Amino acid sequence: MNKQEKMHALQVFAEQIRVETLKVIASRGFGHVGGSMSMADAMAVLYGEIMQIDPQNPRWEDRDWFVLSKGHGGPVMYATLGLKGYYPMESAYTLNQPGTDFPSHTDRRKTVGVDLTTGSLGQGMSEAVGAALGSKAQGRTNHVFVAVGDGECDEGQIWEAAQFAAHYKLDNLVCLVDDNGRQLDGAVADVMSHGKGLGAKFDAFGWHVIDVADGNDVEQIYDALTAAYAVKGQPICLILHTVKGKGATFAESSGAHSSQPTKEQWDEAIAAAEARLAAVRAQ
Amino acid sequence: MFTLIGKHEKDPRANRDGYVEAMLEMMAENDKLIHIDCDLMGCINTGKLLKAFPKQTFNAGIAEQNAMGVAAGMAATGLQVFMHSFGCFASRRAFDQAFLAAGYSQLPVHVIGSDPGVTAAFNGATHMPFEDCALYMTVPDAIVIDACDFVQVKSLTKQLAGQPGLSYMRLIRKGFTTVYADGSEFEIGKGVTLRDGTDVTLIASGILVDEALKAEEQLRAQGVSARVLDLHTWKPLDDDLVLKAAAETGCIVTAENHQVSCGLGSAVTNLLAEKHPVPVERIGIQDQFGQVGPQEFLMEQYHLTAADIVDAAKRAMARKA
Repeated sequence: MNKQEKMHALQVFAEQIRVETLKVIASRGFGHVGGSMSMADAMAVLYGEIMQIDPQNPRWEDRDWFVLSKGHGGPVMYATLGLKGYYPMESAYTLNQPGTDFPSHTDRRKTVGVDLTTGSLGQGMSEAVGAALGSKAQGRTNHVFVAVGDGECDEGQIWEAAQFAAHYKLDNLVCLVDDNGRQLDGAVADVMSHGKGLGAKFDAFGWHVIDVADGNDVEQIYDALTAAYAVKGQPICLILHTVKGKGATFAESSGAHSSQPTKEQWDEAIAAAEARLAAVRAQ
Repeated sequence: MFTLIGKHEKDPRANRDGYVEAMLEMMAENDKLIHIDCDLMGCINTGKLLKAFPKQTFNAGIAEQNAMGVAAGMAATGLQVFMHSFGCFASRRAFDQAFLAAGYSQLPVHVIGSDPGVTAAFNGATHMPFEDCALYMTVPDAIVIDACDFVQVKSLTKQLAGQPGLSYMRLIRKGFTTVYADGSEFEIGKGVTLRDGTDVTLIASGILVDEALKAEEQLRAQGVSARVLDLHTWKPLDDDLVLKAAAETGCIVTAENHQVSCGLGSAVTNLLAEKHPVPVERIGIQDQFGQVGPQEFLMEQYHLTAADIVDAAKRAMARKA
């Protein structure tokens, strides 16, 4: 498969993830649509091409790890893992139902393929740093990927973890910042701005920063992750400029953190996502 | 098994070295054992671990919340992780991380909180946790320990290394009275009977164990037969030992270097209220903050002395039906 074919396959996978993410949340009727949909392309690249994983052996010792520190994006992870065959996709259509294995926030105790529990923002970053250090300490050559939100970067723990990762030269750690510009109460710029910018902050903390101009473009993400593997002696940070709610007809324009659309809006959104998937497939 | 010395003589060894010796012995045999410190290696001598086992010992700097999360992440990769800070920071400062990343996540993270309660002495109110154990006792399945002397710290540290989930052990940093002879072994969740008695039971842990032993001697001189229990593990509580004491002596005094409303005294009264109500008097911190000063002064200020235990024992006996 040449690169063009690979990228096309990843585009298809990203649109499949979008369709399934919407179906997972629609099964409950409400949820964190915005921050799930903005991550779909990064999830497609990680699970479709970059990560060394075995869905039949989810805790394979030498696997690459993915930690969704912005744990409220659970549905996009459930869609991705379901499509990869970690479990039947339909089982994730029980999101937040009594007794479900698919809670709002990713939980290592509940969901096959989830390595660490997140949801209390900032914590997943430290856990991922620990997983990277623990892997290195045991002589493993795997990578740990962690996704954080731009709003999440308000948390002081993110920066404690950032300085630790740089101090211990964790070049097996890649942080993807879902820089969608929105947090629960509104625009990040209005609620709590980030000084000289998140890229500048990570750079100041000693990370190798790669700016991804379109964080919803699989090829740009793929190129950045490929470049990340060449970096030695530093943790790597990808700033993904994304659109919150990307591909959800009722959420993309507002950038809402969570949504409770009507039945008609759900049907419209899923139909639109399926049409988009068909169009990308036909390209 | 244990051998009681109980002569109220100071141990020349610091308690922290009980922890360090146990870790050195275990690390030599187990490369999956990790120690993470928060810029306090100089305070509990874990610099020795860094020197001997640099690949298993990490300094996280003055950043306890991250240290706790890193500990959990490392544990998820198959390691057994000990994490140390002063008790106040190891509990209050990093509690959400301890609760979720380690406790809820069922990962083997063993938190060591040094300078518990009045042993923080000259660091004063800001560094004097009377509620550290209380926080950890709220975490389902967590183990909570208030160890007393060098020998007990060493024995219990070795057992913690095999535990599957979150634990918290308070560690008196400096030298303490020798209670037990070298080679004594203790079991997590099992209290020990130091003196048998029939009139009243004194239940203590940590620095209050030696005070309880002194109180027993004073009571004996006055013709009172007091039982003395060392309940080093607050959670899981040794229910059988406490219920037996309640049934056989009819009243109880608890003694702790911690808030009585949410520590050893409350754990004992919670049990007895449901299973075997008897008069209980609780020695410990009575809804107060800490303050600065020598430990001896603080023990008098907060009524943590043998004399206070003797008085409480008399009150408890007077309340017996």
